[in-house]
Amino acid sequence: MTATAPAAPAVSPADAVERQLQEQFDATIAAQHRIEPRDWMPEGYRRTLIRQIAQHAHSEIIGMQPEGDWLLAAPSLRRKAILLAKVQDEAGHGMYLYSAAETLGADRADLTDKLIEGRQKYSSIFNYPTLTYADVGVIGWLVDGAAICNQVPLCRSSYGPYARAMIRVCKEESFHQRQGYELLMTMMHGTGEQRAMVQDAVDRWWWPSLMMFGPPDTDSPNSARSMAWGIKRHSNDELRQRFVDMTVPQAEFLGVTLPDPDLSLDPATGRYRFGPIDWEELKRVISGQGPCNAERIARRRAARDDNAWVTEAATAYAEKNS
Amino acid sequence: MAHEETVYDALDLAHGGEGQWAFGTGFDDPLAGVDTTVPDGVDPADLGAYCLMLGDDALVLAQRLTEWITAAPELEEEVALANIALDLLGQARLLLARAGAAGVLGRSRELAGPTIPDEDALACFRDPDEFRCTALVAAPNGDFGRTMVRLLVATTLRLAVLTRLRASRDPVLAALAAKGAHELTYHRDYAARWVLRLGDGTAESSRRAQAGVDDVWPLLADVFSPTDVERRLAAAGVAVDPSGTRAEVTDVLTTVLRRATLRVPPWPADEAPAGRHGRHGPELVDLLSRLQGLARQHPAATW
Repeated sequence: MTATAPAAPAVSPADAVERQLQEQFDATIAAQHRIEPRDWMPEGYRRTLIRQIAQHAHSEIIGMQPEGDWLLAAPSLRRKAILLAKVQDEAGHGMYLYSAAETLGADRADLTDKLIEGRQKYSSIFNYPTLTYADVGVIGWLVDGAAICNQVPLCRSSYGPYARAMIRVCKEESFHQRQGYELLMTMMHGTGEQRAMVQDAVDRWWWPSLMMFGPPDTDSPNSARSMAWGIKRHSNDELRQRFVDMTVPQAEFLGVTLPDPDLSLDPATGRYRFGPIDWEELKRVISGQGPCNAERIARRRAARDDNAWVTEAATAYAEKNS
Repeated sequence: MAHEETVYDALDLAHGGEGQWAFGTGFDDPLAGVDTTVPDGVDPADLGAYCLMLGDDALVLAQRLTEWITAAPELEEEVALANIALDLLGQARLLLARAGAAGVLGRSRELAGPTIPDEDALACFRDPDEFRCTALVAAPNGDFGRTMVRLLVATTLRLAVLTRLRASRDPVLAALAAKGAHELTYHRDYAARWVLRLGDGTAESSRRAQAGVDDVWPLLADVFSPTDVERRLAAAGVAVDPSGTRAEVTDVLTTVLRRATLRVPPWPADEAPAGRHGRHGPELVDLLSRLQGLARQHPAATW
């Protein structure tokens, strides 16, 4: 034994602990058990989850706006009540999801700031305008329908608080979807003008709904890692195909035409083939060039800034009375 | 993927074609199964007019609160304001349907197509001068401070009326009041807590809350003045004379404002009812043009 003998590669005690924690984490994921807030997790997993959950929460909150535009003008008191309850549910979904993000160390006010400053995104679908009351029904049927396809697998997400929030969110979304479809059925049994409104809304929302599943698998950089971590369960294209297969028979029953001349049933697979999606449009909307991007963020910013004095007062009052 | 299949299986059940398969979207008639016979000795026109007064107050205040949706200070407030608006909308639907059942429909029934229920004929096909709400609920929201002060005042008044109306000889009004009083207790508590926070929060919030109080107070001028309809129905044990609620209302408002370290302005002198007789300012015309526009464009439609 001499002082000059070459040392084996050093493994510090901290590295050894980290490696053991990583192994436990990997074993939990492999066994399809859940990661809970108190558990160790890799920083990348934490960051990816915060990004995904915040984006989802932002989508719920921004998603209140397109339909909220019809709250004051709903054509009957019953429809007003249904829509108000739905928009209220979306605020509730935003609250659960921001809470889930907070279990990872994020802060709701900070996430809201990031949304307003454009540093975090929300679903591009909410950058389209709602031109008639049929849009309320079509958002329920197609947009909520696509959201359900995306979100039901997340009920089995590897992160416990997110998975549990998604169970509740999905139950309410499926209710909204049925209410939207019921509105469209009622309108299709109404006047010729109402039927034309429904078809026009379907024409405008069909392709953006397909874009909700995200870019094609060949162009989805984060998907593979998220699937390995159990944060994501199915590929974008797989979920998109599932949505088309479920929706086409519903469109036929409703009596509307989906605006895709290439749409056809493949008898060999029982699945529907559909035409090419305009990915340039999705890129434009995501990059802020959609019809309503500026308006959506401006309203969220106004709600924060115009009412900052209210939040300050509530904080001051709580401190005085604590 | 059992869950997904359940969602879409439920949609397939629609093939029965009855259109009632989404919970909460049926029940077109809010008074279905309720005996709407008018009590002995009561003029149905009076009863209908009274239902319009209470119903229009609820409808117009619900519409004002709905204006806050997507613009509220916190998500918790989005949820709470929507909840209060939904409760008031529910009260309005029952009251307007009750007015319709009592035969008080006027021209609205001729303007609205036959498929449109009474509650919507009354909400969407009456002109502003046929509305019976007070200026208190029709006034614009202003900032969150003024909105909370108006909500406190309006819910304190309405709670005082509904509490007494639980003893009405008309069983429909009595049942509605029992449920409504329970809801209003929560609404008033919500508003009072915000008035406390704002009045005793920061210098800025106190200034704004006081400005809200000063703006809202003059709207109390006609809320304690009964119409002839209210006098007759109160004498018959069916309605509540609002003058009998004055002591309770002024006591509650004074207590909350003092605890909020806000100044209680002088109570305005009583004036004859204006809104209850269909005399309104331009703010109600604006509110109704939004509320009614789409329904009026499609009088033959079914929604």
